[in-house]
Amino acid sequence: MKRAPVLLFLAWLSIQFYSGIWLFMSGFLLMRIELSNQSLCSQPPHPELLSSLQQNAASCWFPQRFNKAVIVIIDALKYDFAKYDPANTNPKPYENKLEVIHQLIQSQPRHARLYPFRADPPTTTMQRIKGVTTGSLPTFVDVGSNFASYAIQEDNLIHQMVQNGKRVVFMGDDTWDGLFPKKFYKSYFFPSFNVKDLHTVDDGIMQHLYPTVDGGDWDIVIAHFLGVDHCGHKHGPDHPETAKKLTQMNDMISSLIEHLEDKTLLVVAGDHGMTDTGDHGGDSEKEVTAALFLYSKAPLFSKQLLEEPEAIPQVNLVPSLSLLLDVPIPYSNLGAVISDLFWWSEDENDISSLLTKTRAYQINAQQVSRYLSSYSQAAGDLPADKLRLLDDLFSSTMAEYKQLMSEWDRHALTETEMKDRLTHLVQKMQLYLNQARHVCMESWARFHPVCMIFGSFILLMSCILCYVVSEAGSTMNVSYKHLLGYPVFISLLLTVLLSLGTWMSFLNMDLVSLCAVFTIISQFSFLYIFRSKRYAQKRWWCRPTSLLFSGPLMVLFFRCCALFSDSFVVAEGKAAPYFLIFLLSLTVAKLHWDGKLTLPTFTPLGSESLKPSLTPAYKKDGSRLLMLLAALGLCIRLSSFFHNCREETPDCQPSPFLIPLFSVLDPELNNFSYICCVLCLGVIIYLIRKWLQHYGNLNSSSPLVLYVRWGFPLIALGISCFWAFSSGTEDSFAKLRELTHLALVACPRAIYVFAGMGLLLIFWKPLTVYLKKSQDSSVDNTVTTFGGAPGSQAELQHVIPQIYRKMQRTLKSRLQHGEEAGKKGAALEAYGLGSVYSATMVITLSLLTLVLIMLHSERMTPAFLLLLLEALVILQIHGHVSNLYWAPDDSNLFCVPWYAVIAWALAATQNFYSTGHQPVFPAIHWNSAFVGFQDGHTTNIIPALLVAANTFCSNILFSAGSCLLLLWPFLCESPTGRRKKGKKETREEETEDEDMPLMEMRLRENPDSFSVALLQLGTKYLFIQGVQLLSCVCAAMILRRHLMVWKVFAPKFLFEALGFTISSIFVVCGIALVLRVDCVVSDWFRSLLVHKNR
Amino acid sequence: MDETEIRRLAVGHVLSILAVVFSLFVPPLLLDEFSILGTHLTWLCFCSVCVIAVNILLLVTFKPNPSTKRSSLSSKVNKLYRSCLYFFASCLLFHGIIVLYGAPLVESVGETFLFAVLLSSFTTSRSLCFLGPNFHAWVRVFSKDGAMSVWDHSLQITTICTVVGAWLGAFPIPLDWDRPWQVWPISCSLGASFGYIASLLLAPFWIYWNRKRLTYKRR
Ligand SMILES: [Zn+2]
Ligand SMILES: [Zn+2]
Repeated sequence: MKRAPVLLFLAWLSIQFYSGIWLFMSGFLLMRIELSNQSLCSQPPHPELLSSLQQNAASCWFPQRFNKAVIVIIDALKYDFAKYDPANTNPKPYENKLEVIHQLIQSQPRHARLYPFRADPPTTTMQRIKGVTTGSLPTFVDVGSNFASYAIQEDNLIHQMVQNGKRVVFMGDDTWDGLFPKKFYKSYFFPSFNVKDLHTVDDGIMQHLYPTVDGGDWDIVIAHFLGVDHCGHKHGPDHPETAKKLTQMNDMISSLIEHLEDKTLLVVAGDHGMTDTGDHGGDSEKEVTAALFLYSKAPLFSKQLLEEPEAIPQVNLVPSLSLLLDVPIPYSNLGAVISDLFWWSEDENDISSLLTKTRAYQINAQQVSRYLSSYSQAAGDLPADKLRLLDDLFSSTMAEYKQLMSEWDRHALTETEMKDRLTHLVQKMQLYLNQARHVCMESWARFHPVCMIFGSFILLMSCILCYVVSEAGSTMNVSYKHLLGYPVFISLLLTVLLSLGTWMSFLNMDLVSLCAVFTIISQFSFLYIFRSKRYAQKRWWCRPTSLLFSGPLMVLFFRCCALFSDSFVVAEGKAAPYFLIFLLSLTVAKLHWDGKLTLPTFTPLGSESLKPSLTPAYKKDGSRLLMLLAALGLCIRLSSFFHNCREETPDCQPSPFLIPLFSVLDPELNNFSYICCVLCLGVIIYLIRKWLQHYGNLNSSSPLVLYVRWGFPLIALGISCFWAFSSGTEDSFAKLRELTHLALVACPRAIYVFAGMGLLLIFWKPLTVYLKKSQDSSVDNTVTTFGGAPGSQAELQHVIPQIYRKMQRTLKSRLQHGEEAGKKGAALEAYGLGSVYSATMVITLSLLTLVLIMLHSERMTPAFLLLLLEALVILQIHGHVSNLYWAPDDSNLFCVPWYAVIAWALAATQNFYSTGHQPVFPAIHWNSAFVGFQDGHTTNIIPALLVAANTFCSNILFSAGSCLLLLWPFLCESPTGRRKKGKKETREEETEDEDMPLMEMRLRENPDSFSVALLQLGTKYLFIQGVQLLSCVCAAMILRRHLMVWKVFAPKFLFEALGFTISSIFVVCGIALVLRVDCVVSDWFRSLLVHKNR
Repeated sequence: MDETEIRRLAVGHVLSILAVVFSLFVPPLLLDEFSILGTHLTWLCFCSVCVIAVNILLLVTFKPNPSTKRSSLSSKVNKLYRSCLYFFASCLLFHGIIVLYGAPLVESVGETFLFAVLLSSFTTSRSLCFLGPNFHAWVRVFSKDGAMSVWDHSLQITTICTVVGAWLGAFPIPLDWDRPWQVWPISCSLGASFGYIASLLLAPFWIYWNRKRLTYKRR
């Protein structure tokens, strides 16, 4: 089998998975339909009812109360930040800082009021801005688009203000620019994405706020401050920096009030709250409770207000502001007016105040009812029975309202009667509005079951295909033209036909379904060809290495079942290592059970005379394996110190190592951590060099070895410089700060470029073999050493003229040269030939690790050290076990057993958690987007790549390194172990041939089995990952009405899907790299031969 | 295959099961406020002691692996001493393994250690009584063709079932059901006990069923 088909096959399998994921996603993550209808001043929701009430022709829907408004949005202003508790003598940094609010409420209770402001999840800024301007409920899908916001298509408050001739001035967060392009009369935008920058936005707003307010050339001023939010992201709320920021906000509000006129409404609102770590995005209590402060110089509230204001849903601000400012309520608003604000009238009369309130509610209810009826015409996703109930409630309320008004006009009611009836009516309308909001909320997480079922079906089929290929791979090296070419060709043909049909509009199919059809056809044609050509003549499913009916299957089964339970998804960080360590212990126990650890002299059925030998002797491997298991356990245990937390586990304390170094205030601890991190970095590089040296791959003078020798320390130096600069305090001299800033940008970028060059170099010249021309003519053959430095004489004695001679023989016969040519030539020694494949892999992985370390917080470096050690331990265990089961020349060694692949995948999962990640959105390390890009980004591609690399670092490393599972057993083939078997003294030229380790050259000798082995390994890894993905998909589909679906299962599915995509790409890359090395090694041998024959 | 041996084994197993049952029903007579869930640690102690006592009783009455050599008193004392040492070492070893599997390191050390003691008394004490403090014999018994008597087979089955039971017992811990038995280490020790009892019940039947296949070399 050639090399290219392996890659093509894997790519084809991956594409099947992608199309399955895509189809499922299109059915699972749906958006609600946005209506393009817009409210108009001239078209009130229910004209005939309204016309009788419209006494004032100047007003639009409702008499205007304020002609101007200043809306200050302080991002992430939690209710805890805004409330003031005079009894609190020992306030935390974020408590009791907004004193002005408290003073105003105390001194002017009729002018000022503070409410808890309940945001709807998802609590990301863009979703909140959308919600607070449209009055609608943005769905889960939008979460991902926080990187780039797109213009709001729906009717919204800003649009209504502009339509009705209000001059809207905006300053602050530039997210608004994307959402409302060219809507503002005047605007001052400042970049929002750089969360490390606490002051640019706020200082910019301050510069423009007071002049604008004083200038009078405005009707609405909106100012969106970001400092508090960024402070939370950078330092967390419990930090002196937060106190500073809140004090600044306090001063801003108090001086803003001095600039306000009488008929101006001031709204200070937070768009969402934050968790104790300063993150947001979910729906925990701390994230959704923001603050809303209302103030005006004219009396705003009536005297009879409850002491404790109750929480107000965020959408309620939209209709309230619309009616107060006399603009139409946005068409798709679902909020209800804030009742406190509409208890007013010109003559301070109770009845007329109540009438005002009733009118406001009535307009509001009619608007919502109009929206619901047009929405249910446009889309059928709101449940009909609930809509009917709502309709009944609405019409009965309106009838009551009509009757009441006519009775009141006829003076048939007393004042108290009227009061009671009106109060009752208002309650009914409130009920209607609340229920309408709840009905919409419940049903806007709706699904396309057909897409979901077909998506998971494609995934299931892909898994089956992977399994078939991985188990039957060795028997089907007959023809790839049949197996790969025909299915793809047939399905492409059909798909082209279908898309032609679509294009000519015979059919109605979109891209997703075309893709799905393509996949399904190719899958079925593959299976058909596979069956009909009888590639599976051997009963491949009965081989001992098969997955069915083996212990590892049980572990995989448990692991997949665990993905169906929200508790287990939450606790996956602990469950995965539990499975991993059990799986490997089970493997070692099985090894012992099979008697592979005892020396073969022991025979249990031996005769009486053999009794002394009943005490069995052990191979050294037994104790070594136990040591390795203990080391594995220790690594896993230690790496759990780096776990992050999610909101579902309130007792959990996030690892202190996740906090970046510059937030560590204690200078001693700061310096100590810095030194430890640099030490860890040094240890990683030292270990890699040591390993390469051990296998003799550090002797040559090829550019790659030079890169490892000098480039790696250079990268480490660069990273430590970068850490030093970024951990420095910010309050330094201005000049120094500029220099630091330059270094912060230059260091990481230089490392990116340098590492990229390294990767190119690896692909271009991956050989790390050192060729030494020996002058000693007594050794008249080429020799390979498995390790050691070229100088050591003792090593040279045991060097065996094996590989090269064999290669010579085979190649020579091909090239038709004489036998004698080889013997004449000078002796050659090739160092590091036995580990040439894995050396390249190790170098690649270490390079990737160094870059990934830089993307993480400094103090996570030990976690990466543990990750590498853990991978090494697993590989060692696997190597030992394989060598104990099979002889080095056994063909079974080419087939990586299932337990190893499952353990590798489990280790990848475990290290996802051990590098401080969690499959939830607030736990994403957004800071990594700014490594090397301190000033923010112009495009979204680079930050997305950086954040993805940070989040899926363990997937990247483990899937790129999955080839090592195949290579390592050959590497563990030790010369001492084999020598024991043979007779040491009577060693001759002949036996030498058999005794010495060939290591990875065994792979080189069987190129066909090698590529099949790589294909099998790749498909096995894809199968394991695919089965996990399939369970996530099924869990999300089956439990889609589960309480935890948006909190646990949907994010887990998204993370798993993205992780799978990245894993599959890197598996293919890793295999491509090994194949490339194989190519180069072949060329190398050929050139060597040509050189010698001259 | 000697069927009388299987019958003796069955009697021995019933006695072992009775030891666990005994630890459930006798302590309430002696102590106030005893329950497995409430005073779990007491139960762990009781159960371990009972199981060890019954194992010693089995050793004395059934003599599963009679030694051919006559042993002197000093060698007996030596054996006893070494057995105690082995038992203690196995407790520590189990403790270490449990911690590596994810048990809390510092908090609830007592619980973890007593759980280790329970596991040791289910597995190690049985091995000590059946095979003596002979590490090589242990290694022999726990391999594929290593069993040489029904007692060895029973030892294999009970040990494996106990460990697997304990492993499965950890599964309910992360679930959010808020049941009292989900607290560490109750579910694990219950799992281990169920595994132990189930294996004690099933082992004689299994051996009886497979008696044709299992032929032992007479020593
Ligand atoms: Zn925000
Ligand atoms: Zn934020």
